[in-house]
Amino acid sequence: MKQLTFEIKSNEQIAKNVYRMQLCGDTTGILPGQFVNIRVQGQFLRRPISVCNVEPSLNNAEPLLTIIYKVVGVGTEAMSHLPVGTQLDVLTVLGNGYDLSKAGDAPLLVGGGVGVPPMYMLARQLREAGKKVRVILGFNTQDEVFYEDEFRALGCDVTVTTVDGSHGVKGFVTNALDGKQSYYYTCGPLPMIKALLQAIGTHGEVSMEERMGCGFGACMGCTIQTTHGPKRVCKEGPVFPAEILQL
Amino acid sequence: MLNNKLQISLSGITLANPIIPASGTYGFGDEFAELYDINCLGGISFKGTTREARYGNPLPRIAECGNYGMINAVGLQNPGVEHVIAHELPRLKSHYNGCIVANVSGFSVQDYVETCALLDKEPIDILEVNISCPNVHNGGMAFGTSPEAAAEVTVAVKAVTTKPVYMKLSPNVTDIVAIAKACEAAGADGLCLINTLLGMRIDIRRRRPVIANRYGGYSGSGIFPLALRMVNQVARATNLPIIGCGGVSSAEDVIEMMMAGATAVEVGAANLTNPMVAKEIIDRLPALMDELKIDKLTDIIGIVNHE
Repeated sequence: MKQLTFEIKSNEQIAKNVYRMQLCGDTTGILPGQFVNIRVQGQFLRRPISVCNVEPSLNNAEPLLTIIYKVVGVGTEAMSHLPVGTQLDVLTVLGNGYDLSKAGDAPLLVGGGVGVPPMYMLARQLREAGKKVRVILGFNTQDEVFYEDEFRALGCDVTVTTVDGSHGVKGFVTNALDGKQSYYYTCGPLPMIKALLQAIGTHGEVSMEERMGCGFGACMGCTIQTTHGPKRVCKEGPVFPAEILQL
Repeated sequence: MLNNKLQISLSGITLANPIIPASGTYGFGDEFAELYDINCLGGISFKGTTREARYGNPLPRIAECGNYGMINAVGLQNPGVEHVIAHELPRLKSHYNGCIVANVSGFSVQDYVETCALLDKEPIDILEVNISCPNVHNGGMAFGTSPEAAAEVTVAVKAVTTKPVYMKLSPNVTDIVAIAKACEAAGADGLCLINTLLGMRIDIRRRRPVIANRYGGYSGSGIFPLALRMVNQVARATNLPIIGCGGVSSAEDVIEMMMAGATAVEVGAANLTNPMVAKEIIDRLPALMDELKIDKLTDIIGIVNHE
């Protein structure tokens, strides 16, 4: 864990209720699947947001951290109004991240809604490692869809599903499975995770989301039961091998 | 670095300063040690420990309360006292030299007795006995809500330990002074107050409580005035040293707590939102004391009660 100051470089809406924020600051050590915990003025608790990407900035100055968040309450609403130039108090390098060594040759990445962002940095690193990456992105409707082109630009085989069929394949992410993956990585709402595990088994890993107090392991507010005992989503997670989850 | 201006003493144990992270907000210090040298702390009250391992309550366990605090219903998740003695305590002891406060909870008098007896042989400095837990042998009524039950736990624990016993009081009572006096009469060496206040939040869109356990403990800066009042009431009614706790989040709050009657001060929920807060308070205290013309902190303990 590190406590650092980041400066907002951009903060814009990219889909219905979904915003992308780019932050300038020290991104050293951040792995795909990890998250940051952001102090928001006027809110007691920080807001934990998964990391979408880290990249060097254009002028070779400080690197950029990209997060994508959905406005779901007062905290994220306040975040969506923060202007460029705002300095943020950020806890970073939180959680464990995905295990890329297990990917095999043809990993499958499944993201649902705001479970899509952590898939991006993972996809980029898997592509850089020469993997054939298939990505399934699930949304409710067309106006919620984001990052389809960004994943394509990485060279991933991308399928988008929408529940109402307004974009891509009609239905759920499970409607787009082909069973050919060497391993899978996923993040999304619990009903999606459950359906996915039922459809393709436990040879993969899942990023879990829980309401957190501190986000760094001190309060035990987010502990889930697993077949390997209690685990803090913020510390031993958020990524867990699918086979130890008790969903 | 030892600064005599900040030094205080609890039951003969010298603390370099009065700042102690409160139990349940600091684990065993590991996460915070990634950010700063935790040896700056006067003491550490470690995660509430019970006789047996506990998973705790179902999720969600946390609800936010605006800018002023949070509600938690973690339910005393811990690996059990034997695991703590075998693993967590040696690890803490290996990199922390200050005062170790062992926070202990139980659901029967026997629980408290067994847990405290086991810890009595260990390198801990103070036993902090949380009596906000429900007594399973008395319809789930919390020990800390009755003077008789609070006294019964105090006597039973004192009988099995040579460590100083500090009873951690629940604020969810009609008269905290009566409980405090009962603990004093029963032989407690000190008191710690307050624990969290029972609270609730409702998700108005889903029409159900935010917390799976329905109710939880409210903590954070919003409870500071209540905690201060209770510390002051107890300080005026007993002669025991008090560890003041509840909503403390700044050096100014620490001074206020001590002026109300606290000898040491625990910092709780603030650790969860600003993990550097305990160190920041300690670093800020000397300059604040100069500003307030305080030579040493021991001079101001209960100063508002001296008239």
